[in-house]
Amino acid sequence: MTPDLPTRSQPAGLDRAVRKANRPASRASFSLAIPLLLFLLVTFVVPIVSLFAKAVDNPETRSVLPATVAALDAWPGAGAPDEAVFAAFARDLARAASGRTAAGLGKRLNYEIPGMRSRVITAARSAGVVQAPFKAAFIKLDPVWGDPIVWATIKRDGRRLTPSYLLAAADLRQTADGAIVPAPADQRIFLGILGRTLFIAGLVTVLTLVLGYPVAYALALAPPLLASVMMLCILLPLWTSLLVRTTAWVVLLQTNGVVNDVILALGLSSERLQLIFTRFGTVAAMTHIQLPFTILPIASVMRTIPAAHMRAARSLGAPPAAAFWQVYAPQTLPGVMAGGLITFILSLGYYITPALVGGPNDQMISNFISIYINSELNWGLASALGVVLLVVTLGIYGVFLRVVGADKLRLG
Amino acid sequence: MPEMGLPHYAGTRERVTRFALIAGVTLVLAFLVAPLFIVVPLSFNNDPFFSFPIHTYSLRWFRDFFSNTRWIAALENSVVTAVFTTVIASTLGTMAALGLARPNFPCRRAVMALLISPMIVPIVIVAVGDYLLFGFFGLTNTRTGLVLAHTALAAPFVVITVSATLSTYDPVLTRAARSLGASPLAAFRRVTLPVILPGVVAGAVFAFATSFDEVVVALFMTSAEQRTLPVQMFSGIRDQINPTIMAAATLLLALSTALFVTVAWLSARARRVKT
Repeated sequence: MTPDLPTRSQPAGLDRAVRKANRPASRASFSLAIPLLLFLLVTFVVPIVSLFAKAVDNPETRSVLPATVAALDAWPGAGAPDEAVFAAFARDLARAASGRTAAGLGKRLNYEIPGMRSRVITAARSAGVVQAPFKAAFIKLDPVWGDPIVWATIKRDGRRLTPSYLLAAADLRQTADGAIVPAPADQRIFLGILGRTLFIAGLVTVLTLVLGYPVAYALALAPPLLASVMMLCILLPLWTSLLVRTTAWVVLLQTNGVVNDVILALGLSSERLQLIFTRFGTVAAMTHIQLPFTILPIASVMRTIPAAHMRAARSLGAPPAAAFWQVYAPQTLPGVMAGGLITFILSLGYYITPALVGGPNDQMISNFISIYINSELNWGLASALGVVLLVVTLGIYGVFLRVVGADKLRLG
Repeated sequence: MPEMGLPHYAGTRERVTRFALIAGVTLVLAFLVAPLFIVVPLSFNNDPFFSFPIHTYSLRWFRDFFSNTRWIAALENSVVTAVFTTVIASTLGTMAALGLARPNFPCRRAVMALLISPMIVPIVIVAVGDYLLFGFFGLTNTRTGLVLAHTALAAPFVVITVSATLSTYDPVLTRAARSLGASPLAAFRRVTLPVILPGVVAGAVFAFATSFDEVVVALFMTSAEQRTLPVQMFSGIRDQINPTIMAAATLLLALSTALFVTVAWLSARARRVKT
């Protein structure tokens, strides 16, 4: 007995029928990936989303000055606010002084108007003793409380979300009247740090390509036994702990280290050079660490190029250089793209190596994220820098997915 | 001049170029490997210096490592964290790879791109995000939190390794087992798993190495009590580099060489099975 087959005159219906018949099997395949997808959602995607949220989160003013922020709704924005606002301000500050939350508010306002930290703390200390009329009392205490710019800032900071950290990460700031202007010159550092990060990553990428391409080519030419020894030399560093490799570079680059020994022995310099805590040291160590990542994709593409192509070019009269550059090299381009992009992406996120081998001017964006969290305790700015780094990285990852594809990623 | 793999019609210029290639590649390979082994002789240096020449050799820094409770606790933390990470990541990663290998998997490219993104996203961002979210659930400064974070980082390695093995697996074997009456689970356990086992073990070794070497997330997520070996080394190098770190580095180098040999042996075996 044969099943009834749909006739060829109904291709659309057939298509739909096939899809429908396959749906349970398709669902079964997908369900195998669900546990890992859910796991990554909780332990990877949600943490990154919460980082995004932290970059625009603005809880300080709202939570310390709830009544003031509510009273400011009625304030038109010109001149000092009326007595109702100041009365609410006095109540809020008195509560802040007893709950010791004034310092957090002062720190937040200090990001917008330098010098506000101590003024908020002083005002909070006297909030318990000031008497009505509050407006006159606060302005007498410190004329800054008569300044509409301060109140406009408090009103704006009273919103649940703030663009100020993201703006700061792009060297911009918002003035009291809402206009976006460049940040003061002494705070305009973040575009420079982003530029430095891109520069170091780009330099490391170019160096690994220049050093790695001939290695991949030699790997494709070498007889099997030699090729496996070469492969060992490429894979062993990849397996070695990143920290061990960085430790090795710390030791190598010291003033009394081996690199300086060699430089002296070769007579390249008459005295020992400062190599550790420099850009040279950072780039050398990063190039060493990234080199296998660049070589492997190029080598795997070269393995698929038949040797007959070069022979054919030569037999048709091409000189060796022309045969290489016009016939062989263009075919290796997908590998060069894959290796270069993967190294560039990974180099953007370096943290450990610049921290241990680099100097103050070699710290990359990841190092600043860590500094803003661990020493400055400015989570908003750290998260905003994280957003910048993530957007740049994902943009290049998008290019990688487009030209290379996620399923082409192999490990050795 | 030797042939150096060149055809017999190659001219002098081509031979010179080839010689330069071989010399250059030798130097680059030396650049790749030599720095790794610089720590080994220094860890046996009797004097607390990090420079050559070495006058007397001794095991004092290794004795120091194994008698110092802080280093031992860090080693234990690293091993326990890595073992739990390996078990969870291998299970979840192998399941996902099995699904992805089927021809009818929906949106394969997008799912694959998502699954491997933990390898791409800068580690500091993952560390800060985990710190924010796990802090909310009280999981910072716990080993559970660190295992969960490390599993997310390690799983992509398992997915990639097992997928590579599955690309050479003949699905007819599973169908044959099923047609002979095996349940889906029995077919996997008795037929598929034995064939892909080298890939699964290689993925597990990758997962172990990922967790065992991870520094940044561990720096953010642990207090002194859960401090792992790499964190202990990192703070040691940053504050005051001491020779015990060289001993730790040598031990880690030995471990990674052992892991590497395991994976190389497994993949050689897998190739033998295939041909």
